[in-house]
Amino acid sequence: MTGHEMGAARDELRDVPQKIRDRVTGEVRRETMIINMGPQHPSTHGVLRLLLELDGETVIRCKPIVGYLHTGIEKNTEYRTWVQGVAYVTRADYLSPFFNELAYCLSVERLLGIEAPPRAQILRVMLCELNRIASHLVWLATGSLELGAVSMMLYGFREREVILDIFEAVTGLRMNHSYIRPGGVIMDLPPDGPRMIAKLLDTMPARIDDYERILNDNPIWLERNVGVGKLSAEDALAFGVTGPILRSAGIPIDLRKDEPYSGYETYDFDVPVRTEADAYSRYVIRIEEMRESLRIVEQALERLAEPGPVMVEDPKVGWPAKLSVGPDGIGNDEAYLRHIMEESMEALIHHFKMVTQGVRVPEGEVYTAVESPRGELGMYVVSANEYRPYRVKIRDPSFVNLQAVPTMVEGGLIADAIAVIASLDPVMGGVDR
Amino acid sequence: MPVERYEGHLTGRTPEEVEEEVRKGVMLTTMDRAVSWARKQSMWPATFGLACCAIEMMSAGAGRYDLSRWGMELFRASPRQADLMIVAGRVSQKMAPVLRRVYDQMVEPKWVVSMGVCASAGGMFTNYAIVQGVDTIVPVDIYVPGCPPKPEMLMFGILKLHEKIRTTGTIR
Amino acid sequence: MKAAEIAGRIRDHFPDVYVARDEVTVLVDRAELIDALIRLRDQPDLSFGFLSSVTATDHPDKDPRFWVVYELRSVEHAHRLRVKVGLPGGDPHMPSVTPLFPTADWHERETWDLFGVVFDDHPDLDRILLPDDWEGHPLRKDEELGGVGTQYHGAFIPPVDERTMP
Repeated sequence: MTGHEMGAARDELRDVPQKIRDRVTGEVRRETMIINMGPQHPSTHGVLRLLLELDGETVIRCKPIVGYLHTGIEKNTEYRTWVQGVAYVTRADYLSPFFNELAYCLSVERLLGIEAPPRAQILRVMLCELNRIASHLVWLATGSLELGAVSMMLYGFREREVILDIFEAVTGLRMNHSYIRPGGVIMDLPPDGPRMIAKLLDTMPARIDDYERILNDNPIWLERNVGVGKLSAEDALAFGVTGPILRSAGIPIDLRKDEPYSGYETYDFDVPVRTEADAYSRYVIRIEEMRESLRIVEQALERLAEPGPVMVEDPKVGWPAKLSVGPDGIGNDEAYLRHIMEESMEALIHHFKMVTQGVRVPEGEVYTAVESPRGELGMYVVSANEYRPYRVKIRDPSFVNLQAVPTMVEGGLIADAIAVIASLDPVMGGVDR
Repeated sequence: MPVERYEGHLTGRTPEEVEEEVRKGVMLTTMDRAVSWARKQSMWPATFGLACCAIEMMSAGAGRYDLSRWGMELFRASPRQADLMIVAGRVSQKMAPVLRRVYDQMVEPKWVVSMGVCASAGGMFTNYAIVQGVDTIVPVDIYVPGCPPKPEMLMFGILKLHEKIRTTGTIR
Repeated sequence: MKAAEIAGRIRDHFPDVYVARDEVTVLVDRAELIDALIRLRDQPDLSFGFLSSVTATDHPDKDPRFWVVYELRSVEHAHRLRVKVGLPGGDPHMPSVTPLFPTADWHERETWDLFGVVFDDHPDLDRILLPDDWEGHPLRKDEELGGVGTQYHGAFIPPVDERTMP
């Protein structure tokens, strides 16, 4: 039933006064209302603007308008070196910075024809999976806050703080790390890193059980999420939607399994898939994904017991410094500093050239896709045999997923529009770049 | 009984000017301090989280770095009910008129904290798409650098703002 | 299927195909784009029915100036293909693929917005990332980066595209 028909049926039940009936036909005059939601809105997950045409509470038409966070990241990378590009690209989808860096660095490494050392790949996998958990926690916290479950906001951020502590100990920063660089990663784990991660692995499963206990059978949560925002599999594939939304419609595409990268084929994990294609099934999938990510982190932690290099040895490519996180931030190794400042002039010149000019990447183009918490995150990188990229295009999953919003929102109530967008989990930094 | 001294607008004046001020303003001084104290005690921020800094602002409001200690955990969505606008994140050219409009809709007294280097000066994005510092659009009281600033840095900035409000004479 | 095998299977219909770094790229003329995409989608052993991304690159001193790049993926076989269409700088028009792939809607709007490539028969070709009254197409190579110079304590640092360090 359309909004109009539902309204007409409703009016027949009530005694509608004569003055708002049409003089000729006797029908009740109805008008639709066009309202604007956003870009400054507490529940639109960032600066998303929705133009809604409403009939009462029913959404008849919906048009998402994006671009309020356009940063020009892609143009900026064309004027910076390849390694500086990591710092730009990591701020695109700011809730999953490691995935942006990983996709970019995998593309650059393919253009260079090198591969990161095994220990670097294990570190990349482990940090990416921790990032996936952190991103899903933010989704859980903000999504629940928008639907009214306010205490989940505090629980989600409480867990996320533990993961951000691990990030800070390993990379020196809580967000936007620039840790994964072409050739490997820039630092090895700190001495107490494995202990912190092991502690997280001990405490996290019980916390996820807590979340399920709060939300899974909660009648309000079920009312607001079950049957809301249905997107069939054909529509999802036509719109290019990937990630948990596609997996909630029954299509088991996960790039970690279908097109493995960075050694994912050697890890033992499952990909949760549901068939109901509504907001509740996406919630269940994300909770399950958090558990699967913990499994991967555990396996990665075991493999990190053996030492090894974390940056590729080739002097023309690898980042020259020996960095580690100290009490006042990231710093260089004392012995290395002495070597370049006092002992060897060539080493100093080489260090200087690598840091300011960087690596020269052969000509070509590459598209690499990774499975970010939101779907397929791809980087199309073009090089013209220079010290800086020629073109970096970020195929962001949220940008493509938002195209499905009108299909999911039209015909439902306006309150469901909030639940739909929360279940999509868009990050506007990735949408607008 | 010890007298509390603080540096106010009378520092560096001649004794005659001080006499004049004292005669004029004993009642108003106490009112002034009371009003400033009330204003800084529980400022309600307006939700203006844009990008990465917004996540750190949410972390500042969450359990570990609790903004509720200063009565500020209540982020008001409506600008009419808010008195502090924390511009958290990069402001694009398309968002700039919206920012100004929300600022205009806020009711006096209002303050602006520019959080992060992107809001303060354009950050690493010196390009066509980002406003190079929101102080080109709205008057800013406190700049908090960082990319993104840790929640503790944001809290330090907010406490500096409290200091600034406390020492502002609003009646005189 | 591996890249070399895919290239071998499509070489009869698409003579301009090459394999580099384990990826297949097909160069297609803009008039034959729709037919090419239909053929690539319907052939059962290829079945490239999922469009990942549409973008463009700008080579101002070459001909063709714009290369519009389509990244295709197959859901059944999990392999990828790239289709490139060259456009002259003076006439950057090409057909829109939204009838085939509804996902191309926003991708083509973004390419129009940032590069100025016009997609004929697009349902709603408007600016998407930049304000509606913006002039110019920023990602073209002849547009400047923008931004202001920084002055501090007597030192002046120009914006990024005017600096002299490589």
